[in-house]
Amino acid sequence: MIAPGATEEQNRTKDTDMALTELAPPPVPATPRPTRRPRRQIDRMDRKRQRWGWLFVAPFAVVFVTFLVAPLAYAFWMSLQTSTLATGTSFTWFANYAKAFTDPIFLEGLGRVASFALIMIPAQMIVALVAALVLDNLSTALSKFSRLMIFVPYAIPVVIGALMWGFLYSPRFGPATDIFGLIGLTAPDFLSQGTIFASLVNIVTWQWAGYYMIIIYAALRGIDPAIYEAARLDGANGRQIALRVKVPMISSSMVMVLIFALIGTLQFFTEPQVLRAVAQGAIPVSYTPNMYAYSLAFSYSQFNYASAISFALGIVVFAGSYLFLFLTRKQSGLK
Amino acid sequence: MKTKFLASVGVIAVAAAALTGCSAGSESSGSSKATCTNKIVNADAPQVSVWAWYPAFEEVVDVFNNSHDDVQVCWTNAGQGNDEYTKFSTSIESKSGAPDVIQLESEVLSSFSIRNALVDLTEFGANDVKDKYTEGSWKDASSGDAVYAIPVDGGPMGMLYRQDLFEAAGIAVPTTWAEFATAAATLKASGSDGVLVNFPTNGRAFNQALFAQAGSVPFVYDSTKPTDIGIDVNDQGAKDVLDYWNGLVQDGLVTTDDAFTADYNTSLVDGTYAVYLAAAWGPGYLQGLSDADENAVWAVAPLPQWDAANPVQVNWGGSTFAVTSQAGDKDLSAEVAMGLFGTDESWKIGVEKGALFPSYKPMLDSDYFANLEYPFFGGQQINKDVFLNAAAGYTGATFSPFQNYAYDQLTEELYSMVQGEQDGSQALDDLQERLVTYATEQGFTVAK
Repeated sequence: MIAPGATEEQNRTKDTDMALTELAPPPVPATPRPTRRPRRQIDRMDRKRQRWGWLFVAPFAVVFVTFLVAPLAYAFWMSLQTSTLATGTSFTWFANYAKAFTDPIFLEGLGRVASFALIMIPAQMIVALVAALVLDNLSTALSKFSRLMIFVPYAIPVVIGALMWGFLYSPRFGPATDIFGLIGLTAPDFLSQGTIFASLVNIVTWQWAGYYMIIIYAALRGIDPAIYEAARLDGANGRQIALRVKVPMISSSMVMVLIFALIGTLQFFTEPQVLRAVAQGAIPVSYTPNMYAYSLAFSYSQFNYASAISFALGIVVFAGSYLFLFLTRKQSGLK
Repeated sequence: MKTKFLASVGVIAVAAAALTGCSAGSESSGSSKATCTNKIVNADAPQVSVWAWYPAFEEVVDVFNNSHDDVQVCWTNAGQGNDEYTKFSTSIESKSGAPDVIQLESEVLSSFSIRNALVDLTEFGANDVKDKYTEGSWKDASSGDAVYAIPVDGGPMGMLYRQDLFEAAGIAVPTTWAEFATAAATLKASGSDGVLVNFPTNGRAFNQALFAQAGSVPFVYDSTKPTDIGIDVNDQGAKDVLDYWNGLVQDGLVTTDDAFTADYNTSLVDGTYAVYLAAAWGPGYLQGLSDADENAVWAVAPLPQWDAANPVQVNWGGSTFAVTSQAGDKDLSAEVAMGLFGTDESWKIGVEKGALFPSYKPMLDSDYFANLEYPFFGGQQINKDVFLNAAAGYTGATFSPFQNYAYDQLTEELYSMVQGEQDGSQALDDLQERLVTYATEQGFTVAK
């Protein structure tokens, strides 16, 4: 997953270098290209080659269709029907979607994940970027160790991490009471209504900053060091090199990382659902749209409306990602 | 060459390990009949699949299997409470995968009977065993003339209290709620770190039982008229109870921790809560918690009353065996449902090892059960003292067909109340509005 942007810059540098040194005219092929074969034979040859391609893709295609396409189609078909507890199932076209987009619980959940996105993504990005920039400058054994340690939280399964933090936040089992006691203060209740937002931001940042850091670090490693030399010759200090040279050159991988973070945050589910076991009051069943869809389906048996909510969320995520990529099209290297 | 050889050996080893994982998986994922947790005694007899989470249940199944030639029970534990209901709900939706007989708490029976997932057992001889069960538990398992499940255990409520903490603070055992409030204040004034009791906002059926004690009847529902429902959650009884508890909460005399979390369990055993308002399965739960304080002295007393002259007994929990509409052989399944906890022998195991409270009258009325001494309570005969009376006085309760939703909304309203955002009456009025809106949305005709 080397960022294409960095190599693109590198290539451009190479091309200009080549242009400066004189080129020999392009070599003429030794034998003339063979004339096109008659059309019927081409089709047979092409189809034969294509068959091998399809054969190699087949195992993946079977799994893909069975576990992704078919369930999606079925869920979409379910979302077009309404089923009530008292009166049964009927085909109602897009009534569920109209209900979803005017449902105050769904909209509140959307607002909540949007505010999570506004706070969590910059937090993760800043931690990841600063860590990557610092580690890029060092090459000691400590830096290698730090790189591993910052990445380790990502290796912990999300559910385990959330369970662990649930205990760390607990007034009885967590260290907070002892730590705050050492300096003579009472520990705040991390699982109360006012603090649950910050507690969740903390868990997600802890887990994902390392992953983003690795991606950004790999992109930084792909930059030609000659550029830093050139910048230093022009009189730039370390901070200016970091902010004015490195960051713009890895902007396409940063955009990719931001897109992952955005999609993941809009679909926020695991951490609040796991923490619900210890904070049932602070985290209601419909805290995020995904949790709302889950409880609709599995607690209240409203499978049709749950499918509609899931697709509505998917539409919002798609729109958000498309908008974001459109706004960052220059930086992402997709243009 | 050596590294290539080692690399290929490594890849083959990993692939072999992964593939053995595959085959092991396919072996155990055969038909549900092949994956019984218990042993099948008569391999030729037809099998009935059962989902249940009772403690020490395997012995009960063995008793049944050893005594029946015509049918064998194949039991799996598919999860406790809502975990099992989620699986059951999806199997109903997908029209396959449900067991023949399933353990269901009485509060969710109408949620499943409205989806035509349960068989009416009156055609399979349920009325023949009706007089073996208490009136309250039988009413919980039936709806109108239909009987959707066979009762197993109940949860009549009593008060478990720390005798040593009461003596240290000089508190007499309260018999009314007024005395209870005074006791709470006395405990706090004595300088104790703990509180008298915890009031959980996620109590769900516990909170509802407290309301019922003041005469609240939240739902009127009959499965023979499945589209009609009466909702009255904000009646005066419930409001009075909630105002009482809110007063204790705002005065700081009770805590509002979530129930059944690790924190809550620790508080139960280390004396932070001096009282545990419990159902008859509470003692079993309490005994199962580790790190208990060795100097703790627990005792059981009847639940405090609003009016000492007219005591009202309430019930919290209790489960049943229902036959699902996906059952292969409904006659055999009904026989299993009635037979599993239908003998004295199986109930002895249920009482001694499972700490269950029977709705089965032959066991309930027996001298053995009444005189049973519980060493955890210092030898107190808790059944004779408290729970038998509570069970006899219980006349049943009606639950809505969307009880899960109702409880979730109740939890949200109660949480908002203890945070000080609204008082008890407002919380219940809001809950009433939410439930009426939901019921109307779901196509019910709502009567107040």
